[in-house]
Amino acid sequence: MAGTIRVRATTSGDTTEVQSLIRHPMDSGFVKDSKGQTIPAHHIEVVQFEHGGKTVFTALWGPAVSKDPYLKFSFKGGKAGDDLKVSWVDNKGTSDSLMAKIQ
Amino acid sequence: MNEFPDAPMVARRTILKGAVAGSLAGLGLGAFPWPAFADADAKEWPADAFKVKSEADALKALYGKSAEASDKVSLDAPEIAENGAVVPIAVASTLPGVTGIAILVLENPNVLAAAYKIPAGTEASVSNRLKMAKTSKVVAVVESGGKLYSATKEVKVTVGGCGG
Repeated sequence: MAGTIRVRATTSGDTTEVQSLIRHPMDSGFVKDSKGQTIPAHHIEVVQFEHGGKTVFTALWGPAVSKDPYLKFSFKGGKAGDDLKVSWVDNKGTSDSLMAKIQ
Repeated sequence: MNEFPDAPMVARRTILKGAVAGSLAGLGLGAFPWPAFADADAKEWPADAFKVKSEADALKALYGKSAEASDKVSLDAPEIAENGAVVPIAVASTLPGVTGIAILVLENPNVLAAAYKIPAGTEASVSNRLKMAKTSKVVAVVESGGKLYSATKEVKVTVGGCGG
């Protein structure tokens, strides 16, 4: 999957606030379709955010995270123009990543 | 393609995690133009913690300990969630040296909904959206200084979040 990640990272003072939205079904594995078949679990497991060569945040998600998951967190040390890398991998081994610029 | 004939054959992902910036640039991995960054690694996912049915088991699986209630953990969740499929929940803490945050929904089929690793320099706060099967206590757990602290809130759910 490509192009699934949208990120906005804005710096105020020494704090960078990151908001991300990832397009993903996040199927829990508990829902049946119209034929009564269970839709298999298909959800993101790990999301990683990196800045300056180090990880600044890691999300470990289970099937109870909502579809098209949103996330917000903040870290120190970023500044406008810096690169922020976002990557994820799901339970089927599918992955995507995005390099964003901090504003 | 192995540019270092003396090096052992290693998995591509291990090469990325090994992250010596210069050697990555020379490996001709066209899909990764950012040599200093590694990717999310599925090996970090704590599978056991996501299978358990009780708060105590989830915290033991994740952190190896249990939590005590603390007013320094703030859990922001709606009193009533109109849509159990998307419940906005935020956790923050004024505790020092926070290294992890976990959120559990006690009436869900598996109690652990999400866990976060907070490295030094990252703030102890996270906002996310979770599925809740039905009205349930939500527990926010913060790992600080090697101990666990928690806050609990009951969230009423009118339309369950498991596709019901």
